[in-house]
Amino acid sequence: MTDAAAIRSAEAKEPPSYLKAGRTVASWLTTTDHKRIALLYFGSITFFFFIGGAAATLIRLELISPEGRFFTNDGYNRLFTLHGVIMVWFFLVPSIPTTFGNFLLPLMVGAKDVAFPRLNLMSWYLNMAGGLLVLACLILGGVDTGWTFYTPFSSMFSNGYVVLAAAAVFVAGFSTIATGVNFIVTVHVLRAPGMTWFRLPLFVWTQYATAAVIVLATPVLAISLLLLMAERLFGLPIFDPAHGGDPVLFQHLFWFYSHPAVYIMVLPAFGVISEIVTCFSRRRIFGYTAMIWAILGIAVIGFFVWGHHMFVAGMSPFAALVFSFLSFVVAVPSAIKVFNWTFTLYRGQIYFEAPMIYALGFIGLFTTGGLSGLFTASLPIDVHVTDSYFVVAHFHYIMVGGSVSAFFGALHFWWPKITGRLAPDRWARFSAILMYFGFNFTFFPQFVMGYLGMNRRYHHYAPEFQIYHVTSSAGAAILAAAYLLPMGYLTWSLFYGRKAGDNPWGATGLEWQTTSPPPRENFVEQPRVDEGPYLYHPDQVAPFEEAPERRQQHDPQGKSDPTRAGMEE
Amino acid sequence: MSNDAALKEPFESLDRQRLSAALGMWIFLASEVLFFGGMFLGMTIYRQIHPDAIMEAARETNVLFGSINTALLLISSVTMVLADKAAEKGLKSAVLAFLAATAALGLCFLVLKGFEYREDIHEHLVPGPDFKLHTPAAQLFFGFYWIMTGVHAVHLTIAIVAVSTYFVRIWRGGFPFEGSAALPVLGLYWHLVDIIWIFLYPLLYLGGRT
Repeated sequence: MTDAAAIRSAEAKEPPSYLKAGRTVASWLTTTDHKRIALLYFGSITFFFFIGGAAATLIRLELISPEGRFFTNDGYNRLFTLHGVIMVWFFLVPSIPTTFGNFLLPLMVGAKDVAFPRLNLMSWYLNMAGGLLVLACLILGGVDTGWTFYTPFSSMFSNGYVVLAAAAVFVAGFSTIATGVNFIVTVHVLRAPGMTWFRLPLFVWTQYATAAVIVLATPVLAISLLLLMAERLFGLPIFDPAHGGDPVLFQHLFWFYSHPAVYIMVLPAFGVISEIVTCFSRRRIFGYTAMIWAILGIAVIGFFVWGHHMFVAGMSPFAALVFSFLSFVVAVPSAIKVFNWTFTLYRGQIYFEAPMIYALGFIGLFTTGGLSGLFTASLPIDVHVTDSYFVVAHFHYIMVGGSVSAFFGALHFWWPKITGRLAPDRWARFSAILMYFGFNFTFFPQFVMGYLGMNRRYHHYAPEFQIYHVTSSAGAAILAAAYLLPMGYLTWSLFYGRKAGDNPWGATGLEWQTTSPPPRENFVEQPRVDEGPYLYHPDQVAPFEEAPERRQQHDPQGKSDPTRAGMEE
Repeated sequence: MSNDAALKEPFESLDRQRLSAALGMWIFLASEVLFFGGMFLGMTIYRQIHPDAIMEAARETNVLFGSINTALLLISSVTMVLADKAAEKGLKSAVLAFLAATAALGLCFLVLKGFEYREDIHEHLVPGPDFKLHTPAAQLFFGFYWIMTGVHAVHLTIAIVAVSTYFVRIWRGGFPFEGSAALPVLGLYWHLVDIIWIFLYPLLYLGGRT
């Protein structure tokens, strides 16, 4: 994988990069280039991330005092519902697949584009349509059901804009299904010659598994929301207990999607971490095949654990036992992944650059979130902590500590490939560390107060919890700074950042063999693959026994990247 | 020559492109099956909880309309397959004739369904205060009846629009129907709409009459 320089020098005249292949607004809005669509998505999810983040800021502000100073009860309900709906469906679910997945999947498998480029563009427009509906819902006054839309409150009693919010999620669901279909077919059909299934980077495997979960789980959410909308709009009694309907059926249908959705949010993050950890420890991934089976295992078992969200909703002891057991089982492949990342670090040459700090932060936070998941998987503890801040802390550790850290790690790792510029590493490292501490500051107190009895979704609380809430809100301010900082220095780097060169990190993978930013067609000539992934050092050789010259070289910030020779002005 | 016209980015061979289109549609159909699966699941559970009320309600559907519509859709699937086979052989006029027949049969289904809906409304079979039956759970059956047939009709409408669109494109000429994966893929979708009805028909029309 070192002949990139040869290809470049042989190709005297390079095609223009995808960024320069058309400069009008229309050329962006009608593009079928997966890289440009990735950037369209990047713009829209960033927008929604900050709207959802603004709601979170207001929530933390409100919770500083126990008597709730700023919002009415109803206003507070609408606030946390908005935060949940936007963050789950308009940021977390599409985040890594539609941006980095869209950008990198064809590059990583050595294809010109995804299998259905126009469907890819359509998925963005569907996502925008859903986004407009959710914004309309927000402007008209919001919805107060919580992001879970539980019946019969949502279908019969809520006075919020339930149908609008449900329709927004319904439409956005179609957009992710389109992306999922596209990814599955792309991986099956468009792999480069020699790119066998067991040579695929783990990022591609995670995108593939995520796409499968999206395609099979999202329609169930769609139908549960459709039934909810039909009940609310036309009075068809589907979940209405007065007519013998069962509100718990809605919960089953909802969680049949929404638990796998957790894996839609976190599997792509696993892929990102596998790429980053190998690159910055200059080691092959430990247990490549085990990693693949773990990814697929999580995707499959993840479909059979939804009942653990409903232990207190009324369920036979036998069903509860099975769901509890399976929830423990699904932790096994996740643990395999964490151990394998750790073993990959073992005796590696570790470079603490920004993407790596985000990745290491991910491993710590994901482990905490995962272990607390075992607490909630066990029946007696779950009954104690149900609907408490313990659960809030648990899933934020997975989704924010895990997925959002990985999102920022991916952003810094592939930024040079996407823009052709390097981000200023000092600032990036600073914000990575800030994010780690800000996050723990915000959410660790929530474990404690949740266990002590602080209920979620309440804005009036007993005064003894104030110390935890104030700590949490202070942490949220730090976290907000850590999210805003990259906006500043990444924008700065677009204009003043050092030119990246093709492969600033000395990473393996086909995406690093083309130019930064890549041309419209991705590769000047069809890449061929004749070796496995992550060849950072020779196979079957113990660490430190490898001849140094046979190791793939890495210099922090790509200072002596051979492909960059002659690029310094 | 027509085969080259059908080839699109990012593919380099028509076979791969056709394979991709079919694979993509199959995956989407898996998604659709789970979409309808949610409704079938709900119906099954309610039938278990309230067997008598659901049976009583199921006797109120109009089996004549349902049976004729089943026949129409089954025949339309045959004409869809024939259109596809004719396209493989390059018989343009046959393709057009069979596509037109498919769309027309689908349209007949919708028209009949409309008449059936009118009768249902006339007989107070819409859940609400003046519902015909007095067992509360009987309304559950008709809740599902309206949603399931409504969602199916939406799917059929999309399928009819798609078939008509391809009819016009082929009729005008210039559409490379021989090499394109459009008709087989359209056929897959059409058959899904048909197959879902094959499950809806016994569930909604025959179940109460055993």
